[in-house]
Amino acid sequence: MTERAAAPSTMGSWLKRARAVMLLPAISILLALVLGAIVIFLSSPLINGWDPLLPLKAYRSLAIGSFGSVNALVNTLVNATPLVFAGLAVGIGFKGGLFNIGGQGQFLVGALAATAAAIGLGGASPLVAIPLSLLAGMAGGLAWGFVPGFLKAFTGAHEVVTTIMLNFVAVQLVSFVIGGPLRGTGPEVTFDRTDDIGNLLPVLIGRNGHLGLVLAALVVPLAWWLLYRSTTGFEIRTVGANPDAARYAGMHPRWLTTLTLSLCGLLAGLAGATQILGEVGYMPASYGTTVGFDGIAVALLGRAHPVGILFAALLFGAMHAGAGLMQAQAEVPVQLVGVLQAVILFFLAAELVVRRLLRVRTAGTGVGTELETISRSYGEQTSR
Amino acid sequence: MDALYSIPIIGLIIQFVAYFITELPGFSSVIVAAAIPIALGAMCGFMNERSGVVNIGIEGMMLTAAFVAWWSASIAGQIVPDVDFGVLGITLPLLIGLLAAIAAAMLVSAVHAWLSISVRADQIISGTIINIFAAAITGYLNLLISQHSPPSAGTFDKWRVPHLLTDLPVIGWLFKAFLGVGPIGLLTFISVIVLQVLLYRSRWGLRTRAVGEHPKAAETVGIDVIRLRYRNVILGGVFAGLAGAYLTIEFGNSFQGDMTAGRGFIALAALIFGRWTPVGAFGAALLFTTSIGLQRSIQFATPDPPLGDVLSNLPFQFYSALPYLITIIVLAGVVGRSVAPAADGQPYERESRAA
Repeated sequence: MTERAAAPSTMGSWLKRARAVMLLPAISILLALVLGAIVIFLSSPLINGWDPLLPLKAYRSLAIGSFGSVNALVNTLVNATPLVFAGLAVGIGFKGGLFNIGGQGQFLVGALAATAAAIGLGGASPLVAIPLSLLAGMAGGLAWGFVPGFLKAFTGAHEVVTTIMLNFVAVQLVSFVIGGPLRGTGPEVTFDRTDDIGNLLPVLIGRNGHLGLVLAALVVPLAWWLLYRSTTGFEIRTVGANPDAARYAGMHPRWLTTLTLSLCGLLAGLAGATQILGEVGYMPASYGTTVGFDGIAVALLGRAHPVGILFAALLFGAMHAGAGLMQAQAEVPVQLVGVLQAVILFFLAAELVVRRLLRVRTAGTGVGTELETISRSYGEQTSR
Repeated sequence: MDALYSIPIIGLIIQFVAYFITELPGFSSVIVAAAIPIALGAMCGFMNERSGVVNIGIEGMMLTAAFVAWWSASIAGQIVPDVDFGVLGITLPLLIGLLAAIAAAMLVSAVHAWLSISVRADQIISGTIINIFAAAITGYLNLLISQHSPPSAGTFDKWRVPHLLTDLPVIGWLFKAFLGVGPIGLLTFISVIVLQVLLYRSRWGLRTRAVGEHPKAAETVGIDVIRLRYRNVILGGVFAGLAGAYLTIEFGNSFQGDMTAGRGFIALAALIFGRWTPVGAFGAALLFTTSIGLQRSIQFATPDPPLGDVLSNLPFQFYSALPYLITIIVLAGVVGRSVAPAADGQPYERESRAA
């Protein structure tokens, strides 16, 4: 299926393919918006009495908050940035037959490592501090991805369980380090957090469009090249599609599995690093984020393809960016975004049913075979 | 004794055991109270995974149930008469809350069953959807409802265990810790034992194990794989419902966003650590929450040095992370092995029948 993606013969067939690939996600998004409107309408008595127009008001504020002005647009990009990294951290895993639910933990450890590096390099020139802090973030995430990858490859412990467990270990690790050794002493520290490290990543556009945006834009073609143009990517995809075939072909599935999850961790770690260094400016001991699960949603909506992930991240980024204005103007809680996300995933997961119901013929999700590898391995996890 | 304690490492272990045994009765009720929702969540996972359906959505099912129990009990408290049944603080509104929570969790389980069994969607994705949806919709509604500050319907009462039992020497505290709980807690212990017996001693148990290990073989001897999986997954929702209700109408009396705080995932860990058996999972839940109890105990009754120095220098985060670390170690096979049901996670496709 990827070969078709790599070699479109003519412009016409490319358009046809684009339509086939995008139809189902588009339908899912539309259905989710309809269902979201129903949720808003049904909950309107709790807000200001029955109001059939409330869904429209809410969606209008959502749109203005995400696209209505230059700052809103930049804010959409800022919100999409961690989602691009986190989406790739899940999507590349899918391609390698791995379900990385550990985005959360990898994000946190990446953020922690980047914060520690930034604090340690306090006096250094930004030219040194920025790359080193980002590298530290990547290394932290990589470590948090390497562990489940290694365990999966060499002991059979299923990555779904180990990554979930490591998410919670990461929460405790951050709580310990930020509440202890890295706890700030400045006047702004009113709860367990570090001192202000300032926005290390320079702002390039708008109010808060930091350097991380550029990195996200660069990482997408890089991931595409890695997956579809490099030998390693070919091997990763082969292991994802059929580990036995990969082994017979002389590849090393164990090391590839370890490498893939490490790479996923690196990307999620980069998400954490850019978020702290570009957007937040300090690290709290309890950093609440749903970026790990958002990454799964992004990867599935983007069909595990880097370009698809970019678009999906932009969509969810826009929703996150506009949610605040929606709550302020229409009094519809920001959690609506999560509802929309879940419903989109629901329709994508039930794609066979949706296709039958709407009588549409489209290409498959693009993660079909790899996901089969993942689920099937669950029952075999320790019987190797 | 003090001389023994000064032996390096071994002395420390001896002192720890001594400390643990003396302090355990004191913090045992904390351990049991924390273990109940985890054990119930694990029973939900047990019903799913033993019949071949992976469930990482326990967290979301519990959260939904916790919200529904609290909200519907609160509404019922304003509408129906406050009938008190006279046992364990069971009132009509609380009972309605409990039943609504169970119904809600069963409904969510039915969606999971439909996606996993009929649609044959990826079961891990199905669980993820449930977790995202539950966190979002309960957060959404809670924000709107809490503006109207609804009255709490209270909680179930703990059973006042007869002195005859609690005054027994040596084991009296066990009765106090395990039986001095509310109706959901008591139901938990009963379910664990009943499920364990049913799994190995009943026709249902044999069939469930067959469907979880080798569905093809089960189908050839006439077991309806699809139907059994549906039934087990939806019934599993009952336990997630009880777990959620425990948090908002027995252990506490209010709802906060994301209040399950990972308990559904610890339940998953307990299920794995307990090797996919009810009693094992319950034991694992107790072991996991012991680290919470221990942490509490060290704060209130710091042991003498050298042990006291070691334990109080360990950050509390270490105790919180311990259950997760143990699970990873067990899964990796460093200490014993834990093997999942062989067909866990595989959708079952019935072979087409000749017309």
